[in-house]
Amino acid sequence: MTAADELITMTAAQMAQAVAAGEISAAELAAAHLDRIAQTDVHVRAFLHVARETALTAARAVDRRRAAGEPLGPLAGVPLALKDVFTTADMPTTCGSKILAGWQPPYDATVTTRLRAAGVVILGKTNMDEFAMGSSTENSAFGPSRNPWDLGRVPGGSSGGSAAAVAAYQAPLGIGTDTGGSIRQPGAVCGLVGVKPTYGGSSRYGLVAFASSLDTPGPLTRTVLDAALLHEVISGHDPRDSTSLDAPVPPVVAAARAADVAGLRVGVVTELSGEGYASGVLARFGEAVELLEALGAKIAEVSCPHFDYALPAYYLIAPSECSSNLARFDGMRYGLRVGDDGTASAEEVMSLTRAAGFGPEVKRRIMLGAYALSSGYYDAYYGKAQQVRTLIARDFAAAFDQVDVLVSPTTPTTAFPIGERVDDPMAMYLADLCTIPANLAGNAAISVPCGLAPEDGLPVGLQIMAPVLADDRMYRVAAAIEAALDQRRGHPLLAEARGIAAVTGTESEAGR
Amino acid sequence: MTQLTTAGDAPGVRVPFDEAVTRYEPVLGLETHVELGTAAKMFCGCPTVFGAEPNSAVCPVCLGLPGSLPVINRAAIEHTIRIGLALHCSIATWCRFARKNYFYPDMPKNFQISQYDEPLCTDGWLDVEVGGRVVRVGIERVHLEEDTGKSLHVGGATGRIQGADYSLVDYNRAGIPLVEVVTKPIPGTGALAPEVARAYVTELRDLLRALGVSDVRMEQGSLRCDVNVSIAPVGSAEWGKRTETKNVNSLRSVERAVRSEIERQAGVLDAGGRVVQETRHFHEETGVTTPGRSKEEAQDYRYFPEPDLVPVAPPAAWVDQIMAALPELPAARRARLAAELGLPESDMAALRNVGALDLVAETVAAGATPEQAKNWWLSELSRVANTTGTELSALAVTPAQVARICALVESGELTNRLARQVLDGVLAGEGSPDEVVAARGLAVVTDSGVLAAAVDAAIAASPEVAGKVRAGKVAAAGALVGAVMKATGGQADAASVRELILQRLGQG
Repeated sequence: MTAADELITMTAAQMAQAVAAGEISAAELAAAHLDRIAQTDVHVRAFLHVARETALTAARAVDRRRAAGEPLGPLAGVPLALKDVFTTADMPTTCGSKILAGWQPPYDATVTTRLRAAGVVILGKTNMDEFAMGSSTENSAFGPSRNPWDLGRVPGGSSGGSAAAVAAYQAPLGIGTDTGGSIRQPGAVCGLVGVKPTYGGSSRYGLVAFASSLDTPGPLTRTVLDAALLHEVISGHDPRDSTSLDAPVPPVVAAARAADVAGLRVGVVTELSGEGYASGVLARFGEAVELLEALGAKIAEVSCPHFDYALPAYYLIAPSECSSNLARFDGMRYGLRVGDDGTASAEEVMSLTRAAGFGPEVKRRIMLGAYALSSGYYDAYYGKAQQVRTLIARDFAAAFDQVDVLVSPTTPTTAFPIGERVDDPMAMYLADLCTIPANLAGNAAISVPCGLAPEDGLPVGLQIMAPVLADDRMYRVAAAIEAALDQRRGHPLLAEARGIAAVTGTESEAGR
Repeated sequence: MTQLTTAGDAPGVRVPFDEAVTRYEPVLGLETHVELGTAAKMFCGCPTVFGAEPNSAVCPVCLGLPGSLPVINRAAIEHTIRIGLALHCSIATWCRFARKNYFYPDMPKNFQISQYDEPLCTDGWLDVEVGGRVVRVGIERVHLEEDTGKSLHVGGATGRIQGADYSLVDYNRAGIPLVEVVTKPIPGTGALAPEVARAYVTELRDLLRALGVSDVRMEQGSLRCDVNVSIAPVGSAEWGKRTETKNVNSLRSVERAVRSEIERQAGVLDAGGRVVQETRHFHEETGVTTPGRSKEEAQDYRYFPEPDLVPVAPPAAWVDQIMAALPELPAARRARLAAELGLPESDMAALRNVGALDLVAETVAAGATPEQAKNWWLSELSRVANTTGTELSALAVTPAQVARICALVESGELTNRLARQVLDGVLAGEGSPDEVVAARGLAVVTDSGVLAAAVDAAIAASPEVAGKVRAGKVAAAGALVGAVMKATGGQADAASVRELILQRLGQG
């Protein structure tokens, strides 16, 4: 293992400590990761834009602050991969779409601002399914990212670029957005920790909207503690986002450090298991539940009957909101413009631009949503879906009367091969079966690795769901599982990822 | 906007208004949009300016840039509640904004944040007076929304988007808070319909000004009216199909648009046709309306609750506080002033029509008598305002200055004629009335020596006339008075001069 490899395989918490202690410079750290990207991204394709100079400048600023004796935040100097759905005043923002190719926003998203203020070094912008619609990054206009565990498989999505980057040691920290599982699902299939904070816990200002009532920014990291540290950096009330909660940030870092589940009541959701779930997924999930019991948690089975209707309700609500949110992409003010030959009317240019600029999945959802909102159908579709949403929130409320957290597999299957589901939207949608209920109800959820499925050797995620603003509870459980499994295994799970190691020739820790 | 569908006008010859209303009963409806005078826009901190450099008062939010989010301006909510309370509406305890989805280049997001089935204020009324008759206009709702940008279509014949060479869009207006006041249908006004429509918009304008929520400058587009008109044969149980005439932007046009639509629709029905439910445009030059897009093929706005905003739930205590702070409303103020000023109703109506009621009240408060104040504002000042094309309130003279001029006339220091010259000086920016009097030397000649000399000279110059007066023909003194006035440059008081002459000639 080279010195550079040692740098990039540290946890974010370790990197921040090393920078704060002056053992390494932030610039050195950024350079090592930028080199790693240069070396591996031809295979992984995690990044749409790498901001080498900007990143090095930001890193040197942290080094100067340290040298001047200024206090540094808990993640100062640590590199990060930012999903290309957040605006950045010094980097393009495309949302994985041709319609925004080359668009340079004039302002920073609140998440971007908070990262910069914390001294986090943004390396670049990562690939994603177009406008965050998808579960594989195959809907990106710029081609799919690859799963570092197996380059022939998807890294999940829509935040697949950030997940692939973190799993490939291109960055220790990633930011994604979770609308129906877009952080947790890629987290699960890439063997990472993926967090969807409580809706409104992290600001949406500057997050290019897919479905406003569901979109939630959150961390993708290799450890639970790293996720908690990043969670605290990006969270907290933002007056620019009306749906942002004006409440204290749950103490997630303390919870991740506590890693204690003794006496905690854990509910296993009946409806999120059984038919359609891969045997290896269920096996690892079952073991994780047993492990929790062994660690002192009280296990109970809990039924959430309306979860069965979560997927159809989601596929009415999210497309409805997207049909309106994406209306602004019309070629009039920014981004792609097609057909403006001096004879076409504004309407024609709008039409041609949208026809050429959006990919098939985005068009499918815009049409679905426009239909669900149209007069005469609204009550039967959008209205009914909102009622289902209320019932799901009530299921959660009833469940949390009995238990402290709920658990399920994060995804029904492990990472699927690239191309397998592109022609079958329903199969693709099923990847989010377990994650969608938490989006509809707005509560917090995390995915933490719980081993590899025996049949394919690919990671399985354990989903832990907590009540609104009780995010700390799920960190406690995730950290306990992580510690117990790492101890049993003797090394972090990700050390077994061989896909990227095979093509780069670098051996990760498992090879030592 | 999707391709506009223009329905050809249905056949029929216009029926003269007076005849139309003998056979058809009109039903009115008015939707009035008012730009609120808040300092900031509806959902961002940009200033609400008029006439600024295009696209200078914009930010990511009002430009609808990807990722931007709206935040409700509390002052706009307060203004709207104030309007609702003044219109005797119920104020919602909980309501939401909704998105109205349609494509148009001056709409930054291609949806407008508006209110749909949950308006902030509902079910009120406003009394208007027409020809001594009070008509109670029901208010359906008052809701809040954001204004769009402003398109300028360059080239082409119509100034509309069709046929233009290119279009420019100014987004300074985008996001300015806009209140929509929608009436219930107003039946039973008969031949008074056009006047009722005008009186309603006038009353609403005065109300909005009194509330301090908008400067209501129709010529700048801060108040815009959509006029709904339907007619049905007199005695018919059902109402007819209505048309909606968009963007009628002056009080006079409101009246003309109603009249024009009644005449046109009567013609259509007389010819056995049917009135098409559609949007129409009013043309100021010709006073007629032409068809716009057909409502029967209306677009579906796909309204749904705005997910980027949280519901608005004004606490009862806040609403009570706003209610308690309402200023005196125009109707009550008019009643009070009528009692205080003691002017006849015809004068009160005239003052209201020219927008001089408050000015007269202030002039009286500054010391003038109601009669004097009324005369100045209705005659001389109205004439100046008409000539210069300004509103009375915009003239460069204050009620206090008018009162001072009245006082100078009252004390005999100015004649009416001199007073008008003093006013001219004030309007020309030469200073206060006293300064103008001093600077222009306009005071009445009261120096007895000067006057006596002028009188003696006049008598000496016209011995014949003087003789007649001495002989008792007092009326002949007029010619001598005229001569003295001429000699003093008009600055003497004619009555005093006459008295002096009669004295000299032994008739005093």
